[in-house]
Amino acid sequence: MTDRRDGIWRSALLLAVVAVLGTALLSGVHELTAERIAAQERRAVLEQLAQVLPAERYDNELLSDRIVVRDEGFFPGGQAVIVYRARRDGEPVALILRHRAVNGYNGDIDLLTGVAADGRITGVRVTRHNETPGLGDGIEVEKSDWIHGFDGRSLQDPPADGWRVRRDGGVFDQFTGATITPRAVVGAVHAALQYVAQNRATLFSLPAGTGEERTAQ
Amino acid sequence: MSEISYRKIFTEGVWQQNTGLVVLLGLCPLLAVTGTVVNAIGLGLATTLTLVFSNLAVSLSRGLLRPEIRIPAYVLIIASVVTVIQLLMQAWFHDLYRVLGIFIPLIVTNCAIIGRAEAFASRHAPLPAAVDGLATGLGFCIALIALGALREVLGHGTLFSQARLMFGDLGQALQLTLIPEYRGFLLAILPPGAFIGLGLLVAGRKWLDARRPRTRRLAAATEDRHEAAA
Repeated sequence: MTDRRDGIWRSALLLAVVAVLGTALLSGVHELTAERIAAQERRAVLEQLAQVLPAERYDNELLSDRIVVRDEGFFPGGQAVIVYRARRDGEPVALILRHRAVNGYNGDIDLLTGVAADGRITGVRVTRHNETPGLGDGIEVEKSDWIHGFDGRSLQDPPADGWRVRRDGGVFDQFTGATITPRAVVGAVHAALQYVAQNRATLFSLPAGTGEERTAQ
Repeated sequence: MSEISYRKIFTEGVWQQNTGLVVLLGLCPLLAVTGTVVNAIGLGLATTLTLVFSNLAVSLSRGLLRPEIRIPAYVLIIASVVTVIQLLMQAWFHDLYRVLGIFIPLIVTNCAIIGRAEAFASRHAPLPAAVDGLATGLGFCIALIALGALREVLGHGTLFSQARLMFGDLGQALQLTLIPEYRGFLLAILPPGAFIGLGLLVAGRKWLDARRPRTRRLAAATEDRHEAAA
């Protein structure tokens, strides 16, 4: 009887030792890599942002000069939209919005939209989506030039009823066999433009970090 | 245990008992990431590393662990190894890590790893255990890469696309477009294509085996053993 109880304690102790060793290993590796991982993440985000706004157009610390906004009317689905504020010599240059199109064919489409101070789009990129490969994935810049169709556009070019895919009477192409995906992206980018047009001054003047802080992914 | 033949460990791990094509373990990552060769290589190498180090750790602790706690101990060991690999990948292969995403932590759930720990590493010395991990990992790698190549060529008409993620600028030169202006073959990219491709590979491996009379008996024997175990 005592033997058995001893056995259980011994087993428990051994398991605890394994757990402690494993934890020690993990925290050691974490210590060694944490800094590099953080740097890599910053680099990855900056590279992403540079795709919609060339880095030479601004001189501020884009990653820390950002705010988080919510507006159900423009960004449905309870989105926390991250807005990066690009400035040069303190003057507003552009806003980059990290928002989502919620009505894709298969789930949300994560977008990055850059809007210059004059209201023109500096670039749009899809950062994540689950659209059908071969049909809806033409929204990726690697797959087709479609996303470049937004470059230089603004609320006046085309006017409001042109901000649709061709099938709905707008100016943006759809893909063969996939209309829902581009329709969702066009709608979301248009909404983002309208939001920026209404709130530009506020967006640039709010102190950085307002709202909830989230690690950008 | 007395007569360990590394040659046998290798042929078993890579061919006779190939995790992906014979034992059919770890199908979730196998089917999910094999859209391109580069993804396949990335996950294959990560799995191989995990197997080598988990086998090594299990083998080193084989005298200390009692039977009743060995399974939780293996799980702890494997989870630690995978997390270490995940952190290292995040630090040094960040772009590839972003692509493979959730599949790296999922290596923990690859039953092939705990299977090798239990079936081999817990009964052998560290060196053969590590070699077994390497052989099993390579076998899994080969299955992943074959399926990835099949699906990438059929589905996209390319090979080694996004090799830049893994090999940097060197990889840029690796990228091949085999069929320019290819419209793509949707079935190959989507999950059904993964199942069909896997089926073809399993059949192809059997066919190759059947063509070699001497190995046929051996393969049949190992398969019987495997079925009995399952």
